[in-house]
Amino acid sequence: MSAVRPPEGAKAPSGNSEAHEVTSAGAIPQIEAVNDFVIKFANVNGSGSASANELFAKAILRMGVPVSPRNIFPSNIQGLPTWYEVRVTEEGHLGRRGGTDMMVAMNPQTWDADLAELEPGGYLFYDSTRPLPPSKFRSDVRVIGMPLTEICNAVYQDPRQRQLFKNIVYVGALAILLGIEPEVVEKLFGEQYKGKEKLLASNVQALHLGCDFARENLEPLGLRVQRADRVGHRIFVDGNSAAALGCVYGGATVAAWYPITPSSSVAEAFQKYCTKFRVDPATGQQRFAIVQAEDELASIGVVVGAGWNGARAFTATSGPGISLMTEFIGLAYFAEIPVTIINVQRGGPSTGMPTRTQQADILSCAYASHGDTKHVLLFPEDPHECFEHAAAALDLADRLQTPVFLMTDLDIGMNQRLCAPFAWDDSKAYDRGKVMSAEELEAGRDFGRYKDVDGDGIPWRTLPGTHPTKGSYFTRGTTRDAYARYSERGPDYIYNMERLLKKFATAATLVPQPVLRPAAEKTELGVIYFGSTSPAMHEALQALEARGIHLDALRLRAFPFPDSVVQFLAQHSQVFVVEQNRDAQMRNLLVNELDIDPARLVRVLHFDGTPITARFIVQAIGTHVEKTQASGAAGTKESA
Amino acid sequence: MTYIAKPRLHHPTLATNKVGYTRRDYEGKISTLCAGCGHDSISAAIIEACWELDIEPHRVAKLSGIGCSSKTPDYFLGASHGFNTVHGRMPSVLTGANLANRDLLYLGVSGDGDSASIGLGQFAHAMRRGVRMAYIVENNGVYGLTKGQFSATADQGSRSKKGVVNTDSPVDLVAMALQLGASYVGRGFSGNKAQLVPLIKGAISHSGAAFIDVISPCVAFNNHPGSTKSYDYVREHNEAVSRIDFISGRDEITVDMGPGEVVDVRQHDGTLLRLRSLHPDYNPGDRYAAMAYMQRHQEMGEVVTGLLYVDPLATDLHTALNTCDRPLNALGPAELCPGAQALERLNASLR
Repeated sequence: MSAVRPPEGAKAPSGNSEAHEVTSAGAIPQIEAVNDFVIKFANVNGSGSASANELFAKAILRMGVPVSPRNIFPSNIQGLPTWYEVRVTEEGHLGRRGGTDMMVAMNPQTWDADLAELEPGGYLFYDSTRPLPPSKFRSDVRVIGMPLTEICNAVYQDPRQRQLFKNIVYVGALAILLGIEPEVVEKLFGEQYKGKEKLLASNVQALHLGCDFARENLEPLGLRVQRADRVGHRIFVDGNSAAALGCVYGGATVAAWYPITPSSSVAEAFQKYCTKFRVDPATGQQRFAIVQAEDELASIGVVVGAGWNGARAFTATSGPGISLMTEFIGLAYFAEIPVTIINVQRGGPSTGMPTRTQQADILSCAYASHGDTKHVLLFPEDPHECFEHAAAALDLADRLQTPVFLMTDLDIGMNQRLCAPFAWDDSKAYDRGKVMSAEELEAGRDFGRYKDVDGDGIPWRTLPGTHPTKGSYFTRGTTRDAYARYSERGPDYIYNMERLLKKFATAATLVPQPVLRPAAEKTELGVIYFGSTSPAMHEALQALEARGIHLDALRLRAFPFPDSVVQFLAQHSQVFVVEQNRDAQMRNLLVNELDIDPARLVRVLHFDGTPITARFIVQAIGTHVEKTQASGAAGTKESA
Repeated sequence: MTYIAKPRLHHPTLATNKVGYTRRDYEGKISTLCAGCGHDSISAAIIEACWELDIEPHRVAKLSGIGCSSKTPDYFLGASHGFNTVHGRMPSVLTGANLANRDLLYLGVSGDGDSASIGLGQFAHAMRRGVRMAYIVENNGVYGLTKGQFSATADQGSRSKKGVVNTDSPVDLVAMALQLGASYVGRGFSGNKAQLVPLIKGAISHSGAAFIDVISPCVAFNNHPGSTKSYDYVREHNEAVSRIDFISGRDEITVDMGPGEVVDVRQHDGTLLRLRSLHPDYNPGDRYAAMAYMQRHQEMGEVVTGLLYVDPLATDLHTALNTCDRPLNALGPAELCPGAQALERLNASLR
């Protein structure tokens, strides 16, 4: 079965064509759209643009219009190109659409590529302090020049201020051009610089410099932001913070980590939230321990030790970190120790694309380490699920006494996403799993560390220090009998390995179950997707439906695959598997684990490091379906 | 000793310690190491030390890496939980275990292959973090389980059993522990139990990272002429700087003191380390002097043993992190979960 991979640059209609029209305004056609466009900021890394661009996105959000921003940044501290793409989407499409309607071109280095990316009829906003020859523009793009450098040089003396406030000045100008209320931006400044009056005043001043210039010198655009009421109670947060908060709520007390993009902010946020919530006000003592270890080997080692000793523990890392951790992951699997690993995936293999997104660690995590291993993977779709699944991972790790991976990626982890608010039930108790107490031991309960007492493959364990004479055992990575005694006997080994499989089958009933999204009409076609692909997929399903292509959609939320996945596959003659890696890793896992005929699973693969777009999915699936239908029709004709 | 099964019953009049245990209660399984292995002597010293310290065996967590040395925790303190982890990375696992429950005593057992090669990084970082534990390296300068390769602690110029000369410089774990901030550093010899038992007692009672390097000749692969880790070689070149006794606080006695001869070091928990100086110029309270002293004697071909450095007021990682007194593994949702109301406030701040 061949892969379906349309070129990323291929154009397809956007999600809301009514609000997104190219009309003629004088000589140059221009895109007309209200609350439905993509604006992209091209900046230089380290120029201080990040907070200004985020401010821009938040201001639109505060006007009740959903936004979906994406940071596209290099693996570099300063000097290389960086982009911030904001999708303004009243319809609430939170995936990337593809294409750019307006470019704020602040990086001369990427000028040509940025200009080329604009949709016909789009807008180019640039710093016109130094004039550019006509050859540097496009005839089908409207150009808005503003002498940002000149304005800032005239007002500010300090070179750093001249640079930093340039960003705020363009936000002010864009606010006027697009109809964003400057008061909303001012209010955001007020929240950001609470208690820092000097900073507040200077930022407001810069904002008004931009507003005033735009009012006096620039023409209105065809792109508009208009107040709406489409955000509701949703929150705007990044997945790494959400996962960290999930670890706080889920009761993690020990975290060990080693800095690696894009996962570092998980540990940093855990530190922040623990400092806020877990410091005893009376004594100042901490109800948590965080170790920035010397490397990933030590990080996972600390987590294994803490898990063995009954604390809820996690580490956060990315692909190369997982590679380093695999020996310990095998130990935790075989010695049956609870471990939670948050893997914020990035572009691999090797150093790959450290600051770009992929879903390419699926197989390396599902089967991490040597020998026969299988691990539990969870696939959250957004920050809301990052929170929920992180807490669930801690429960599952304790219940199953095994490593559990939370498989997020850079796209969810490091981008703020609009999502359902976090929720917690205060009556919820932590599932500590099968831990035998001193009383139970004292009462004479038989304790065999690796004995399948309950028929679910999960044995009972005791924690160090529990009882003076009963329940102690020796943990090791070498094989053993049901009573944890060293054994190299084949039957003992087989008993263990088969029990571990039984435990894995039990896991399939405990993990978050898949979410079915049935098509409006009965169909033989299905699509499977997971994780950060979710919003782009939902938009693509709508667009495909508009083209008459109906697909039942199943969003996987975990491995092992529950029975409902088998049923879904059985009910459809052809199932597209959409994923963000080269080798169709999820498809391979489905084929391998469920004995599915590979011919029924069609690969839809996106792996250039950018988040998958609705446009890409529509193009890939649409083309494939229409081609198959055409050849089917031709075949029918011939045979008739 | 190695191949003889221990009798299940023991004499009813065996002496008990203050917590009601006999020495037999501190033993473990039958050793499967080679007969005469120095590691078995270290196990015996650990058993002796824990019995004498009146430690309840189940309050000890014993962790090790991989190798001959790392098998030994199975051979002592049978009522304790043990963990034979992965090669060289016991220190991180012990660190995690310690963070989970600060109330237990942690015994880390490792070998020279384990700690000085693959685990050198973890050894170093556990020392600098000040994880409270007794970290014992059973150092024979050779890989025993894989039959005789040099380890990283083998001295330059020493010979293997097959006659190969080691050309690499040795890693001196004691020098590293001193430099990295371990607050209790000693070196022992498995053939000198009288020195080893109090050294281990002091390490177990120490309130910070305690490290003991124990020269423990490998009878199978490194106990021959040409080895600098053989019984004969170490006996001939052993230079003990001090003799120590460990005295628990409640038993403080003041006997046998001569001016300038005996130093009592009172530790955080009130216990005393009584140091009888064999070398009048040796000061175990000076980290840098200890390093210089060791290196000077090493150049003279001497293996300096004894308590080389101690900071009696040392603190540990829990102190540095300011963790709560209750073990983290005993905290429940009431102490850990901020609750739905706090979450609502957080949600509001994210709109």
